[in-house]
Amino acid sequence: MSKDILVGDHFLSGDVAAAEGAIAAGCRFFAGYPITPSSEVAERMARRLPEVGGIFIQMEDELGSMAALLGASWGGKKAMTATSGPGFSLMMENYGLGMMTETPAVIVDVQRGGPSTGLPTLLGQGDVMQARWGSHGPYQAIALTPESPQECFNLTIRAFNLAEKYRQPVVVLMDESLGHLFERVTIPPREEIEITDRKILKDKNRDIYEADEDLIPPMPPVGEGFGIHVTGLTHDERGYPSINAETQERMIRRINDKISKHAPEIIDYEEFMTDDADVIVVAYGITARSARRAVIMAREKGIKAGLFRFKVIWPFPSERLEELSDREFVVAEVNNGQALVEVERAIRKRAIFVGKMGGEPHRPEEILKGIEEALK
Amino acid sequence: MSIIKAETHPLDDYLRTERLPHVWCPGCGIGTVLGAYLRAMKNVGLDSEKSIMVSGIGCTGRTAGYVRMDSFHTTHGRAIPFAVGLKAARPELNVTVFSGDGDLFAIGGNHIIHAARRNANITVIAINNFTYGMTGGQLAPTTPETGITTTSPYGNVESPFNLAGLIAVAGASYVARWTSLHVRRLEKSLEKALKKRGFSFVEVLSQCPTAYGRRNGMRDPVDTLKYFQKYAVVKNHVNPLEGVIEPNKPFILGEFVDAPEEATFEDKLWELTKSEFLHTSQAERSEWIIEHRRHLEILSRIISGRGEDNEQS
Ligand SMILES: Cc1ncc(C[n+]2csc(CCOP(=O)(O)OP(=O)(O)O)c2C)c(N)n1
Ligand code: SF4
Ligand SMILES: [Mg+2]
Repeated sequence: MSKDILVGDHFLSGDVAAAEGAIAAGCRFFAGYPITPSSEVAERMARRLPEVGGIFIQMEDELGSMAALLGASWGGKKAMTATSGPGFSLMMENYGLGMMTETPAVIVDVQRGGPSTGLPTLLGQGDVMQARWGSHGPYQAIALTPESPQECFNLTIRAFNLAEKYRQPVVVLMDESLGHLFERVTIPPREEIEITDRKILKDKNRDIYEADEDLIPPMPPVGEGFGIHVTGLTHDERGYPSINAETQERMIRRINDKISKHAPEIIDYEEFMTDDADVIVVAYGITARSARRAVIMAREKGIKAGLFRFKVIWPFPSERLEELSDREFVVAEVNNGQALVEVERAIRKRAIFVGKMGGEPHRPEEILKGIEEALK
Repeated sequence: MSIIKAETHPLDDYLRTERLPHVWCPGCGIGTVLGAYLRAMKNVGLDSEKSIMVSGIGCTGRTAGYVRMDSFHTTHGRAIPFAVGLKAARPELNVTVFSGDGDLFAIGGNHIIHAARRNANITVIAINNFTYGMTGGQLAPTTPETGITTTSPYGNVESPFNLAGLIAVAGASYVARWTSLHVRRLEKSLEKALKKRGFSFVEVLSQCPTAYGRRNGMRDPVDTLKYFQKYAVVKNHVNPLEGVIEPNKPFILGEFVDAPEEATFEDKLWELTKSEFLHTSQAERSEWIIEHRRHLEILSRIISGRGEDNEQS
């Protein structure tokens, strides 16, 4: 059996499944700093990467981890880190550098309760807006929200594919409950796993930030005489600093457009019993599991409820939510209303919010109460 | 007055001439140091196609934008971890970090000591101009006591780092200090640093007439060079802890550490991926690790001035 894709059925935690997804996707570089509840990702990578010819480095902090990731990515490796809120905050600096320099990388953020050190061993979902806006300046985030260890595996592969295709850091937003949840994970054979690799620039005479029609420039290799210059300053197509409004408008608009114009291809969500639903619960990650149960309980009571679950939360599926906006809405998440803001913006009205500050997942009854309230 | 424009320069092949003029002030020392670096590269025959320069943010950090090789201008303080990641991923490339004192030792201080501890096989050139030049001359962790900066308007009450001492103790394989005046010796030292397998560090004291000199009685760039001439004492292989820099007192220049080459961080990371290493017993793996360990006891003898190569000076 090949070492990189452990084909078969396994009983894995969400953290370990994410690590295996990364390796299956071709990740061969990991730099990170231990933090609960994500450390199991690093631990798995420390053991597994050498077996598949990859490099694992435990860095001195998350500032350095994110920088090392970008360095390795320019070195041609598919690169990942894993962290939780406090570390994610430190990574915001070079999350931005990754956006600006168009560098593929994957960040697995296993969310815990915050702010600050918060609840190291208990869940939260409070990093949703940080993934979207946490680094300064205009950019478009891509973030995926798995709900099971199987999806931690699948969506981490997809995160790599998106990072490589669109050339930017991509976030896998997990949470403590999911990271530590053990379930069956089926790892399919290689032929069934779709892998995307970055486009490589071949022409040495072409400007390195000259985009193709899809708005994505092919990535130049290093050490092959291209003589590239890569900077976090606003730069022109040659990659040279160009500090003026025109270049900012042209280049930064492109790095935003390359995501927003492809949003329909990136967006992914699940609809469960929404067809005839009078009320739709919007949830993601571990919360979606409670919400699904609440929907079934509501149906048993004769209430036509449905579930709308993000698999990709950024870019946000506003258009589809708008189409559904003649229904009533409930939003459940473990924070004080982050996805809520976007949902209400899409449906152009208020939703019933069932939030928790963190520490424990929703009980289905709590969400059911929200469903009933929405129909009042 | 007529301006004489040279058509070509011997280092043109190593520079992105299309990007000139550069952003540095007239009389700034950064260009002098860059010149020495590029000549050293040329002298040791480093293939510029296989060479990478990584910089952080600052006047010195702009250097990456002018060299004709793959170059990265990263974020403030993060040049070293970026370089560590790149070098680990691609150990066959020559990776140099060229950055400022504030970038490498204030905001990036944690990274540089860890890179030295790991013996990452990169070359670090730190331009110490005693201040944050780019942002207008604020206090740096290298500003001498009493130094006037925009954020120490009554004189600096803090004591500065002894960069060479700090990095030597952290475990670097090569440590030297020169100034923008001692160009020939700097160039030779850079050649050694570039050839050294392991973490090599060259500190270059340099003038920043605009942001530091002006406020400290050295308005003319030459004033700082004269200061260097007056107080610099060239002495090789003394205890780097003696490399303290105090205002208006002699300070030491030279090679502080030139340790025997040992396995680098990257050698070890890649060894882990070999099946001979993975498919043996833990006892044998530990044996390999011990065999390739860093000889910090030799390093500490060198640092304390009792190393065998102490005779070289
Ligand atoms: C995170 C962050 N903080 C602050 C700054 C502002 N800043 C830019 S350069 C610099 C100091 C540079 O000093 P040094 O590294 O000594 O370089 P020099 O300009 O002296 O060559 C600072 C504080 C920044 N760019 N990023
Ligand atoms: S401010 Fe100082 S360091 Fe910066 S370019 Fe001018 S002289 Fe050089
Ligand atoms: Mg400085």
